[in-house]
Amino acid sequence: MKNVLIVAEHGSGTLRKATLHALAAGREIARRTGGTLHAALLGKGIGAIAQELASYGAEVRAADAPALEHLVAEGAAPVIAEIAKAVGAGYLGAAATAQGKDLLPRVAARLEAGMATDVLSFGGAGPDVTFRRPMWAGNVLAEVEITTAVKAFTVRATEFPAAAKEGAGAVVPAPVAVDPAALKTRFVEFREVKSERPDLTEARVVVAGGRGTKGDFKPVEALADELGAALGASRAAVDAGWVPNDWQVGQTGKVVAPDLYVAAGISGAIQHLAGMKGSKVIVAINKDPDAPIFQIADYGLVADLFKALPELQEKVKASR
Amino acid sequence: MPLKILVTAKRVEDPESKIRVKPDGTGIVTEGVNYKMNPFDEIAVEEALRLKEKHGGEVVVASIGTDKSQTEIRAALAMGADRGILVKHDGPLDPVVVSALLARVVADEKPDLVLLGKQSIDDDQNQVGQYLAERLGLPQGTFASKTESLESEAEQKKQPGLALSADGKAVAVVREVDGGVETLELRLPAVVTTDLRLNKPRFASLPGIMKAKKKEIREVAAASLGVDLAPRVVVRRLAEPPARKGGVKVADVAELWKKLHEEAKVL
Repeated sequence: MKNVLIVAEHGSGTLRKATLHALAAGREIARRTGGTLHAALLGKGIGAIAQELASYGAEVRAADAPALEHLVAEGAAPVIAEIAKAVGAGYLGAAATAQGKDLLPRVAARLEAGMATDVLSFGGAGPDVTFRRPMWAGNVLAEVEITTAVKAFTVRATEFPAAAKEGAGAVVPAPVAVDPAALKTRFVEFREVKSERPDLTEARVVVAGGRGTKGDFKPVEALADELGAALGASRAAVDAGWVPNDWQVGQTGKVVAPDLYVAAGISGAIQHLAGMKGSKVIVAINKDPDAPIFQIADYGLVADLFKALPELQEKVKASR
Repeated sequence: MPLKILVTAKRVEDPESKIRVKPDGTGIVTEGVNYKMNPFDEIAVEEALRLKEKHGGEVVVASIGTDKSQTEIRAALAMGADRGILVKHDGPLDPVVVSALLARVVADEKPDLVLLGKQSIDDDQNQVGQYLAERLGLPQGTFASKTESLESEAEQKKQPGLALSADGKAVAVVREVDGGVETLELRLPAVVTTDLRLNKPRFASLPGIMKAKKKEIREVAAASLGVDLAPRVVVRRLAEPPARKGGVKVADVAELWKKLHEEAKVL
C-alpha cells in the first residue's frame, strides 16, 4: 500500500494554507514509495476549492453534501476512511491543526492504523518511511516506526514547504453515506475569533510578553502591529488573566517556530522554552541579566521593555 | 440526573523536570526526574468533580501502568474521585493499545461520560480520546475549553465548563479550534478531551488525602483483557534537539536593530 491520501482543510471558501504543507509532505512520501498522491476534501458546495486543490497535482476525492457543511469527527471519519480504502492509501496524512488532530486519529482507529502526530520530517530509506516527531514538548526528538498496514500522521506545517502547483489532477466525487439524524454529535455554533493579526502558529514574527509587562501589553502589541506579527505570552501572563488563553506559548500552550521570536519580560521557564525554541532567531529583552531566556536567545538585551520596545518600534518604522 | 464519569490519570514526568536522553538513544534519563499526574488529566479530573458536585454521581479514575501509577490514582482520589482502577502493564504502550485497554474498562464500567486530557505531556500524541470514541462508536468532543477568563466569577464558583443538557442526556462542549470557538452537543455516553484552559485543578485537602487512603483501587492485569499489547507505533531512537548556539548580548536597541537587520536579516 504505497499510495498517499492527504485530508485537506478549508475555511471561508478557500483552501487552508496548512493543507499545502501537508500536500508537500504527502508528495515526498509518494515519491519515495512510488505511489500516487490523493487528497480528500469534505464539505458543502466545495467545487471551486476542489479545483484549486487539484491544481497542486493531487487526485481529489470530493465528498460534497449538505450533511458535511460543518465537519464533526463522528460524521467525517467514515467518509474519509472510505476514500482511503477506495484509493488504496497506505499513508494517511493531514496538517497538525486543531481539525487535523481531532479528525485523523478517529479515521486511523477506523482503519486500524497507528499514527504519528506533529511530524517534523521523514526518515528511513526508500519506501520504508519513518517519522520524526517531538516528544516531551520538543525537548526530545523521536524517530518512530509505524507497524500497521495503514500509517497515519499529521505534519507540523512550519516544517514542510508549501506544495507548488503542478499538472492539475482529476476531481472525483466521493460517496457520502452520512445520515445527520443518526449522528450523536450535533454542531451548535462556530464563533470566529476575528483578528487583524496573523495566526500565532503560522506567523513569520511573534512578539510575546510575560510577567515583566506587569499586565500592560500595550508596548508588546504596538511592536507586533508595526511588524505585522502575532502576539504571544508566557503562561504567567495568561494565568494572571492579562491576555487571552490562546496567546499562550509553551509546552501546554502553542508551539511556534517563526523566523523571529521577540520575548519581552519573559524569564524563560522550561515550560515556555519548549514552545518557542524552534524559532530561527530569538530576541530576549529582560531587566534581569540572569534570566534563563538569555541562555537560548540569539540576541539578548538587558533593558526595561517599556523603553526598549517603543525604541525598537521606532527603528522598524524609520526603516520603511 | 446523576452522572457516572470515567476519568484518566496518566503518570508522566513533571513538566518542570529537565528531560535528558540516554547516550544510546533508547530512552530518557529517569534519575532525578519527578513524576506527577499528566496536567491535562488533572484538568479532566477537576471537570469530572465539578460535574459531580453539580449533578451528583460517581467519578472513577483509571490509569494504565505499573504499581507506581497508584500514586497518580491516589492523587485523583485525594482531589475527590470516588474509586480507582489500575490496569497493570509494564512496558511501552501506544495510543492504539491504550485506547483498546480503556475501551475494555469502559465496556465494564459503562460510564455516561469519559473525560481524558487531550494529550499526555510525555509522548504528546493527542490521539487516545479520539481512538477510544471511534472504538466505542461514541461522539467525541476534543480540546474542551472555556472562553471566559478563569479569573472570572464563574471560575470562582467552580462551575463546570461542560454543560449538561436539561434532560441530562447530552453535554455541550466548547472547543478551541483554528480561528475560533466551536460548540458541539454530544449525546451521552460521550468522550471528551480537556484542554489547558477549561479550569484550574484544585489542590487536594489534607482530609481529602486521608480519605483517599481508604478508597478502593481495583487492579486488573492488562494481559487479562484480551488486547494485543504490542505497540504499533514503535520508538526506534530518541535524540536531543540540536542545542542553540550561545547567543550574544547587545548593548542597546540600536545594536539590536543592526543585528536583526544586517546580520540575521529577519527585519
